[in-house]
Amino acid sequence: MMSGRILMMVFLCVFFLLPEQTSAVQPDEILQDMKLENRARAVSSGLRCLVCQNQSIDDSDAPLARDLRLLVRERLVVGDSNEDVVDFVVSRYGEFVLLKPRFGWHTALLWLGPLMFVVIGIFSVFFVLRKSYGAVPEPLSQEEKQRLSKVLGSVSE
Amino acid sequence: MITEIGHFSLLLALALAVVQASVPMMGAVRGDHAMMRCAVPAANGQFILILIAFVALTYAYVTSDFSVENVWMNSHSAKPMLYKVSGVWGNHEGSMLLWVLILALFGALVATFGRNLAPSLRARVLAVQGAIGVAFLLFIIVTSNPFIRLNPTPIDGKDLNPLLQDPGLAFHPPFLYLGYVGFSMAFSFAVAALIEGRVDAAWARWVRPWTLAAWIFLTCGIAMGSWWAYYELGWGGWWFWDPVENASFMPWLAGTALLHSALVVEKRDALKAWTVLLAIIAFSLSLIGTFLVRSGVLTSVHAFAVDPERGVFILAILTFFIGGALVLFAWRAPTLRPGGMFSPVSREGALIINNLFLTVACAAVFIGTLYPLFLEAITGEKISVGAPFFDMTFAPIMLPILLAAPFGPFLTWKRADLRGTAERLLVAIAIAVFGTISVYAALDGHGPYLAPIGIGLGLWLVAGAFSEILWRVKAFQVSFGETLRRAANLPRSQWGTTLAHAGVGVLVIGIIGVSAWKTEQILEMEPGDQSVIADFTVTYNGLVPRRGPNYDETVAIFEVVREGKLIGAFESSKRFYDVQRMTTTEAGIISFFFGDLYVAIGDDGPRGLTVRLWFNPLVPFIWFGASIMALGGLLSLTDRRLRVGAPRRALLHSKVQQKATT
Repeated sequence: MMSGRILMMVFLCVFFLLPEQTSAVQPDEILQDMKLENRARAVSSGLRCLVCQNQSIDDSDAPLARDLRLLVRERLVVGDSNEDVVDFVVSRYGEFVLLKPRFGWHTALLWLGPLMFVVIGIFSVFFVLRKSYGAVPEPLSQEEKQRLSKVLGSVSE
Repeated sequence: MITEIGHFSLLLALALAVVQASVPMMGAVRGDHAMMRCAVPAANGQFILILIAFVALTYAYVTSDFSVENVWMNSHSAKPMLYKVSGVWGNHEGSMLLWVLILALFGALVATFGRNLAPSLRARVLAVQGAIGVAFLLFIIVTSNPFIRLNPTPIDGKDLNPLLQDPGLAFHPPFLYLGYVGFSMAFSFAVAALIEGRVDAAWARWVRPWTLAAWIFLTCGIAMGSWWAYYELGWGGWWFWDPVENASFMPWLAGTALLHSALVVEKRDALKAWTVLLAIIAFSLSLIGTFLVRSGVLTSVHAFAVDPERGVFILAILTFFIGGALVLFAWRAPTLRPGGMFSPVSREGALIINNLFLTVACAAVFIGTLYPLFLEAITGEKISVGAPFFDMTFAPIMLPILLAAPFGPFLTWKRADLRGTAERLLVAIAIAVFGTISVYAALDGHGPYLAPIGIGLGLWLVAGAFSEILWRVKAFQVSFGETLRRAANLPRSQWGTTLAHAGVGVLVIGIIGVSAWKTEQILEMEPGDQSVIADFTVTYNGLVPRRGPNYDETVAIFEVVREGKLIGAFESSKRFYDVQRMTTTEAGIISFFFGDLYVAIGDDGPRGLTVRLWFNPLVPFIWFGASIMALGGLLSLTDRRLRVGAPRRALLHSKVQQKATT
């Protein structure tokens, strides 16, 4: 799908924290109705530009991203809800288009993984702390007690 | 000729690295001091040889020697000198050479300044460092050799990608590498300590400055990268949760945790196994980052499968070092005796909370970055994990650390008084609450509603950090002169902690500000048109053509007026590069203390020039905060206790103790 030049650019840019340069939303795309336009921006920022590296269609100036932006606006104008629009785009391009994957069997580990780590972490910290704190030092032997009182006695004198 | 000298030096460096990896290790096993000592000249020699190779490649770039394939692919005779030099690492082969140069630099530093280390420990540390060197030198020579010649010699080069022709290229990659290759030091120390079976305060004192130095570089490197992206990409984004960014962010998170846990080992002889594990993890994440970026696996699992040579090689290196270190850890860690006891409410306890959440945050980033790759490799299903996922998982995990950070430095070791600490933080709490309420009031019912709380959190971190200093110098309790005297006597590491924590607060304020209150205008302007954004009036004054060293540019000039007063002019341009025939956009930025005015132009159409204007409130705080954090690290690094020579006393001390116990 990708032309050689884009691939090379991606390869070069990628290491230096530089995604592609963008100019994104064009003036002629903007809807008159500000409410609808804001919704369009919100929906767009969750949809992936399919030919880019980790960019939403809202940030990308690839022609395909522009087509998708126009599509999103078209659907919103017709009266679709935000969810309807997202569903529509997913039905066309698959779940790959979502920057925030839906929860399901295939993403269970992704979504629950961090939570699992929190729980495991808290448990192990609890365990370690209890072991560290619960371990009462052995009581002093008779001999040690005598030495202690001797030392203390010499101080108070 | 000079190119061949470089090529030959690289091969010699490999041979020397093999010696460094094997002989001292055998010496340490046999107790042969001559064999152990050979690590020092080997490490120094390896560094000098790689330096020669690096200089040779730089020479080829500076003189535009296009008979060298790497120079031909990535340079051009008309390219400005700055980019000829920094272009050396603006490509795969050259950047790998920089990688091993820095690896060898750290080895040479330990060889030079490590005279007071126990001989067997130094020998083993350098041997491990040498082994990493062998792996990567072999990688360069076999798969990514920058010294390959071309015949016939092309007339001119293909030039460097215009996006990389920026001063950022001169600083960002070296700093990033100094950071994440710097963690190799902690790794080598950890593996050596596992082999020796001894982790003590002296060990922690040795590891901490290296980790701190690497951390400072990585902090600067990431911040510079973020700033570079901010002004170069032309839409004011500063962090993208891009896998490449995550690749450098994960070692940073693990390294930050390591800095904190090494403190516990140094002062209290506890958390030893965990600290060693963290040291291994921090460098492992650096290696994984190198793999992700260098193998092409990010573009797609398929791209990786098509040209797998480099990727498989790095994967093998990765498996060997990470796997080997973890196996060693599983085998030897149980021999590390747990040290001092402590109550849950104590400095140790606070540092454990810090470690817990930093590690989990790191794990969340790790899962998000690698999950799509694994899913595609296993089931063939393609999903995207982007910014919304990371925002949702990373932020909540970091929240407890940010809330707890001001408490930490107040708590005493072993057992602390939480109520007393809370009382000492009352002023900071008041400032945070007051800040939250006033921001909320200033918003006058406009969202986002979480933003005032975020600002309050930032204020809490800053005020909390300085509360500790004020408390330690007994400000307002004793005479002013006495306070000053106390402030001057505070160890620098104390100031370091305060600054680093306050820097996080400033960073948080910047992030919240720009995320919550950024304003944007996208319009078409004719010369003379005006637009109002925030409280600025921006006038477009028309287009001017200009000629750069290797590009033509069309510059749009804008004039900015605030409250009737002329602030100045700024410009945004479209550059067309001669050789690569590629257009880039240069953004215009006017920075104020409380935000940036940012302009980027698009195409010039029949209805005027496409202009994008942003006001990014508080965005300078992001880099300001990161700089304060790095400065805090630097102050701490210059603390007398961490200076070279200090470990000798600790070592003597521990030897005396050992004798006393035996």
